[in-house]
Amino acid sequence: MFESLSVPGLGSVVAGTALLGFLCGTLGTFAVLRKQSLMGDAISHACLPGLILAFLLFNSKESWALMLGAGISGTIATMVILGISRFSRVKEDSALAITLSVFFGFGLMLLTWVQRRPDAAQAGLARFLFGQAATLLDRDVWLLATIAIPCLITVFIFWKQFQLVCFDRSFAQSLGFRVFFIDVLLSLLLVMVIVAGLETVGVVLMSALLVAPAVAARQWTNKLEIMAILAGVFGAFSGIAGAVLSNIGKTSIPTGPVIVLFITLIVFLSILFAPARGIVWLQFKHWRDSKVLQLDSVLSNLLNLAREHSGKQNGHSMAMLKGISSNPSGVPRSVHKLLEMGLVSEVDKGLYIPTSKGAEYLNEKTSHMGAPLK
Amino acid sequence: MTGLNDKKMEFALEINDLTVSYKDKPVLWDIDLEIPQGALVGIVGPNGAGKTTLIKSILGLLKPVAGSAKILGLEIDQGIKKIAYVPQRGSVDWDFPATVFDVVQMGTYGKLGWLRRPGIKEKKLTKEALEKVGMLELAHRQISQLSGGQQQRVFLARALVQHAEIYLMDEPFQGVDSTTEQSIVELLRELRNQGATALVVHHDLQTVKDYFDWVVLLNVRKIAAGPVSEVFTETNLKLAFGSRVSLGE
Amino acid sequence: MTQAQLEIQLLAMATAVACSLCGVFLVLRRMSLLSDAISHTVLIGIVIAFFLTGDMASPWLLVGATTAGVFTVLLVESLQKTGVVREDAAIGLVFPALFSIAVLLISIYSKNVHLDMDAVLVGKIALTPLPSRRLEFGGYDFGPKSLALMIAIIIVNIGFIILFFKELKVSTFDPAFSKAIGFNPYWIHLGLVLSVSTTAVASFDAVGSILVVALMAAPAATAYLLTDKLSIMLVWSCIIGMLCAVLGYWLAHFLDASIAGSMATVAGILFGLTFFFAPERGLFSVWQRAKIRDRKFKLALLLVHLTHHEGTIRELEECNIESLHLHLRWNEYETRSVAFEAVESFCASQENKVLRLTPKGRIIALESLQIGTNLS
Repeated sequence: MFESLSVPGLGSVVAGTALLGFLCGTLGTFAVLRKQSLMGDAISHACLPGLILAFLLFNSKESWALMLGAGISGTIATMVILGISRFSRVKEDSALAITLSVFFGFGLMLLTWVQRRPDAAQAGLARFLFGQAATLLDRDVWLLATIAIPCLITVFIFWKQFQLVCFDRSFAQSLGFRVFFIDVLLSLLLVMVIVAGLETVGVVLMSALLVAPAVAARQWTNKLEIMAILAGVFGAFSGIAGAVLSNIGKTSIPTGPVIVLFITLIVFLSILFAPARGIVWLQFKHWRDSKVLQLDSVLSNLLNLAREHSGKQNGHSMAMLKGISSNPSGVPRSVHKLLEMGLVSEVDKGLYIPTSKGAEYLNEKTSHMGAPLK
Repeated sequence: MTGLNDKKMEFALEINDLTVSYKDKPVLWDIDLEIPQGALVGIVGPNGAGKTTLIKSILGLLKPVAGSAKILGLEIDQGIKKIAYVPQRGSVDWDFPATVFDVVQMGTYGKLGWLRRPGIKEKKLTKEALEKVGMLELAHRQISQLSGGQQQRVFLARALVQHAEIYLMDEPFQGVDSTTEQSIVELLRELRNQGATALVVHHDLQTVKDYFDWVVLLNVRKIAAGPVSEVFTETNLKLAFGSRVSLGE
Repeated sequence: MTQAQLEIQLLAMATAVACSLCGVFLVLRRMSLLSDAISHTVLIGIVIAFFLTGDMASPWLLVGATTAGVFTVLLVESLQKTGVVREDAAIGLVFPALFSIAVLLISIYSKNVHLDMDAVLVGKIALTPLPSRRLEFGGYDFGPKSLALMIAIIIVNIGFIILFFKELKVSTFDPAFSKAIGFNPYWIHLGLVLSVSTTAVASFDAVGSILVVALMAAPAATAYLLTDKLSIMLVWSCIIGMLCAVLGYWLAHFLDASIAGSMATVAGILFGLTFFFAPERGLFSVWQRAKIRDRKFKLALLLVHLTHHEGTIRELEECNIESLHLHLRWNEYETRSVAFEAVESFCASQENKVLRLTPKGRIIALESLQIGTNLS
């Protein structure tokens, strides 16, 4: 069905990674907003023992069985993490680190015990760690879809609850919502997404796929709906780009890392160049604001001088203005600009007064200062 | 004051023997309160006196060690639908991706149940509430770009949109410019005149007499509660705050 | 026990001790996840150093990896400084990116050389006793290189801790204060990061990155549940670390499984046991004490309740032993039990169905009221 592209099987890889990318981006939005960015990393590592036990129990390497095992393991890990930080003085970061490494180590122990070999150079483990997007089959994509679609539908149905609880938990409770169940639901969805993603990008890179699209998307919008969808789009795009790029040419390189680098690039660009929140933009605005501030302050100084010396026609020199300015070197430029704007006029060689237009301009500015806006 | 002699009229809030503890220490000890409907009630007390805890217990956000709260004669899980909560501004991350409109609209979610999404009716209610607090022009502004007073108005609008009978507010005047403060007080008076009740945790003793009909003096125990003119006295204040306080009249 | 087995265990214990020492500060400063990040990103340092030197056993690998570790932390911090990325998100962005670069470099440029990626993650501690890995000097065999390295690191870590103990303590528990006394906590932070990086890198060869995370988090967290004093916590942490090493080794031996994995598992078990059964902070102990406290509290509350309502119109109803539980919202059985206790201890007396305070009870009630309020 997906044989349309030149490399056999590429179609399903692309479809799979696109779908996964979208799913991770969308769900990752909530994780990031709840400050649980690294929960994804911990849970992904913690899926290993479940994976191995499922393999032992069902004696099969069928994806669905492994995913079920991974899911149970991940869910238990979630409860352990929350339990540790809630019921003891050990804080959440330590709880995450402990759960992550202990579960993973336990899985490792199981794996090597099962294989009866003390070293872990197993294809199985490598696959778990790094994923094998490159070998996604149609069948795998359908399986992915059976996880992804219910997840996305759930997010759609419970959208307002998720938004509410992420923003203001106690207010949500005061409206009568059962916040505990919403938390549980979100956690379960996260586990499902992680389990789905393990096969494609592997453990190590899972956290990037959950965190990066959301961080990037936040830079471009202030509305949650758009952020989630945009995160999904970024994720899908990275997935596709990663899948395609890693399979170009004769030698193929692992897909997971390429996907991650792509999304990291998107984040990087977003942090720098997004309007309103991008660093470059903010610097520019800061520079521009300080120019305006400078302009206003020179004009206002001139006005004050004119008021103090009631003969308005006298005018004041550049040197005078420089003397009372906190940024003397910028004064000539400001005066020049003010002349251009007609807010100031030159009554005599080198002497300046504010015009009536200038006085009006400043008046308007100060009256708008009533309600301070950040 | 309406309803004091009318036996059919429920108390807005009826609190009995409410005791809440945190670890080993009591935060609220055996509180008995009967708040009448249609009153503007201020709750004052020193830091750590349990004021926020009282609010949270009424809302069912905290479980008491003993005692109960009734809202208009109903148990908490029923009565909570009749209350609108205005939490402290600091309880929320204002960098969350939401506009003023989004936040106020959240106030309508309670009546939508689990599945319905906000529709035309909810949008209309939201607009009306925004208008009331003077924030309609800023409806599409990102909430991180608001001043303290504007943030407070947003929270208030979010409560107004619920058309509740009781308003619980936690330090709404903290860090707010005086224009906003005055408009909020005006709004509260308007609500009271329409029959609603407002319970406000308040930090500024100087303004209690101007703003409130009733006052509750709290310091883990209930020190006193009743009409401001009767209860807001030097004696009671000293009991609540210790000898360092005075009204400075 | 053969010499080989002994050497492996010694290395495991040394690694555990080195990691636990760092771990204590990571746990206390809520930086545990940094060890996770660093343990992934050192790969890129190793890779770059390897490309530059072409030698898998070069000490430059250690330098490269440590640099990568420090670089990671600096990158995370600068991301946070932009103001648009929170700390946890910053970590989650940086380490996968760096790790991906490393993996790509490896797969593109070193198809010929066997850079065993699994080994980085899980280590090769079983190979410790091999001849190629021994430290030989002047004809004497000083034991495995990695053991020597690890001991050196332990000494450096202990040195760092002893030298800067006061500063570590202050900057960990009260960073604002340390600034006030003129000492910039950032230097300690940097020192700690350096220490974590070197320790992590040195440990990889033996136990791999995952176990490093475990050893830097679990023993310290376990110790945290056992004591309040920093110095004792450090000692406990090392002891528990060594236990993990030894028990883990024998578990692996018995099951014929991965040593690193078993050590991590044992670390988890020890933590779990402490979590539930530690004398003061263990969950069971806390629950027990809470029950007793709760009981005392309820008794005091009952007495206070009686003081509030005695002599009032509603006394008959509020203090009636039949309806008491309805007012206090306790379950009936518990209410009777508390009332019974009150009467038995002469704090209250029962007349018909109504409870009344005795003088003794009144004193206790008033005392409780005083404790409850914070009158100046």
